[in-house]
Amino acid sequence: MKLQRKNRRVLALGALAVSGALALTACGSDDTGNSSGSGDSSASAAAGNIKCDDAKGQLLADGSSAQKNAIDAWVKQFSAACQGVQINYKGGGSGAGVTAFNQGTVAFAGSDSALKPEEVAESKKTACTDGGQGIDLPMVGGAIALAYNVDGVDNLVLDAPTIAKIFSGKIKTWDDAAIKKLNPDAKLPSTKIQAFHRSDESGTTDNFTKYLTAATPDNWKFEGGKAWTAPGGQAASGSSGVAQAVKQTSGAISYMEESYAKDLTSVAIATGASEPVKPSSETATAAIADAKVVGTGKDLSLEINYTTKADGAYPITLVTYEIVCDKGNKAETLPSVKAFLTYIASEEGQGILAENSYAPIPADIISKVRTTVAALS
Amino acid sequence: MDITTQDAPPPAPPTDGERKRAARGATRPGDRVFLGLARGSGIFLLVVMAAIAAFLTWRAVIAISDDDGNFLTTFEWNTGTNPPVFGIAVLAYGTIISSIIAMAIAVPIAVAIALFITHYAPRKLGGVIAYVIDLLAAVPSIVYGLWGALILVPHMNGLFSWLNDYFSWTGIFSWDEGPARSMLTVGILLAIMILPIITNVSREVFNQVPQMHEEAALALGATRWEVIRMAVLPFGRSGVISASMLGLGRALGETMAVATVLSPDFLIHLSLLNGGGGTFAQNIAAKFPEADEFGRDALIASGLVLFVITLLVNGAARMIIARRKEYSGANA
Repeated sequence: MKLQRKNRRVLALGALAVSGALALTACGSDDTGNSSGSGDSSASAAAGNIKCDDAKGQLLADGSSAQKNAIDAWVKQFSAACQGVQINYKGGGSGAGVTAFNQGTVAFAGSDSALKPEEVAESKKTACTDGGQGIDLPMVGGAIALAYNVDGVDNLVLDAPTIAKIFSGKIKTWDDAAIKKLNPDAKLPSTKIQAFHRSDESGTTDNFTKYLTAATPDNWKFEGGKAWTAPGGQAASGSSGVAQAVKQTSGAISYMEESYAKDLTSVAIATGASEPVKPSSETATAAIADAKVVGTGKDLSLEINYTTKADGAYPITLVTYEIVCDKGNKAETLPSVKAFLTYIASEEGQGILAENSYAPIPADIISKVRTTVAALS
Repeated sequence: MDITTQDAPPPAPPTDGERKRAARGATRPGDRVFLGLARGSGIFLLVVMAAIAAFLTWRAVIAISDDDGNFLTTFEWNTGTNPPVFGIAVLAYGTIISSIIAMAIAVPIAVAIALFITHYAPRKLGGVIAYVIDLLAAVPSIVYGLWGALILVPHMNGLFSWLNDYFSWTGIFSWDEGPARSMLTVGILLAIMILPIITNVSREVFNQVPQMHEEAALALGATRWEVIRMAVLPFGRSGVISASMLGLGRALGETMAVATVLSPDFLIHLSLLNGGGGTFAQNIAAKFPEADEFGRDALIASGLVLFVITLLVNGAARMIIARRKEYSGANA
């Protein structure tokens, strides 16, 4: 009797462990769950279109953590089609990616910002042979959402000057006249505003401050860059850190990649368009369509028009790049790099982005990317 | 060669060299191998430390020579700008302040726990407590960080508003009701993290107190507390100081927990309850992933300062312990 009861307890524990593990893995893959759900059906369809060519072996890459989820989703599809290739993308940060690329230890790098002139100069010496140099290929777009936590306020509208004043500490409470003017119908409390920024260096900060500098230079006179330079406010580490802080703190507001703002409320931006714009894949793509290519030669780095007034274009967007050599890539990895980049720039590749809260690159820019990728040597 | 001359009969009157060698003990092959190994390990350690110091200094010089601000006094950290401006004043202040808070909280509690385990608790209960304390040491610091950010920070508000109500006149405890992501919260978290190591070493030391000392005190009619005050604490003092230094070392270098819990900025605030400030390790963790090569050199330069501070602290601790040699376990 006793033994039996013991057995049953062990069995129950085992069942608990198994179901717990199942539940956990279900949570873990939630981010890419959408893509894998529909992916199984589309994978077979996509697999026919992914050209593996001579791709094989191991492909090492490192860089931007902002595009890590996108790369993971792509790698899943790509390696299902091309069994011989193993792609290993470490999301160690843009700086780490560019450094690794220039040391020649990775085949390509992901970066939130385009290569600086001195980094291009270094790539000529180290990473690329044959007189080639490092180039930026825009592959992933995304909206930077302003998520907030104010009781009883659901549809907050802000414009660039107000955002700048909030994040520089000039507007201190939620019932400030400037916010009231933009939200005549909202019941704004007198809670203190807790503006959170990133405590680590980040491409998101870089793009957000670039937006403020471009859209409202009178109200935002701080230096841009990956580090936050405005005084005051609260800070937290990482996109997940600021998202957590906003959730936890009444009166908080912060900027983060849209995928992190999913279960928070986001601000709609009054850009001068007919209606305030909310962050989403479509509105971000619409804004990137307004960007112009500023890279020379084969480099396709973009300059985003942060002051866009186009209807349905969300102005605070970021574009992240893949960095490769235009020529003189390593012979053993070139076929795999080409095949992978061809896939992610293809319609199927870009199509997966929206499912993961990223924004696809608009058609005329991505077609240039495809031409460049096809010519890589 | 040496061995053959030594073994050769008849024994000649020992020369000076041989007498010295004899004083060191017999030199059989095993001894000499072990001597070589031990000496080699000692030299290896020196070489490693010298290499670390040389590397840090070399990279630091590259960064500091391009620094537009004063490396020691600038309240800013912008390595990406042209020209770059960065300084370690805030980091040094924050590192030291958070460690002082941690020590002030942890050392008395740790000593009390160690005394309880060794001198008051029933043996079984003491064992359980010691075991649980040991487990605390095995929890990775990122877990402390997450626990701190998710649970400790939201629950600090009560303490903070109480401190603000009664002690805001000191300036140190004034609070503007922001989230409790401040130096005091970090200090409390660090105190919990360094508790196990201080407790463990102190417990070992208190266990070593010679039975005779305690019995002598009891024979003179001392109460249990008087025994502890007259025999146990003086005997264990240098051990407790060593233990505290081990804990301080961990507090000075703690990275992820601080990075997760603190809301940093580059200003020195008088108040410990408002967010702001920073520590060396936290700053390195925050800036390293996105830093370019120059940014990394600048962070390495800040690491060099932490290295120097740690050396100074350890040196000071050794001096204190050396002064109290008469109580140390080795002479008992």
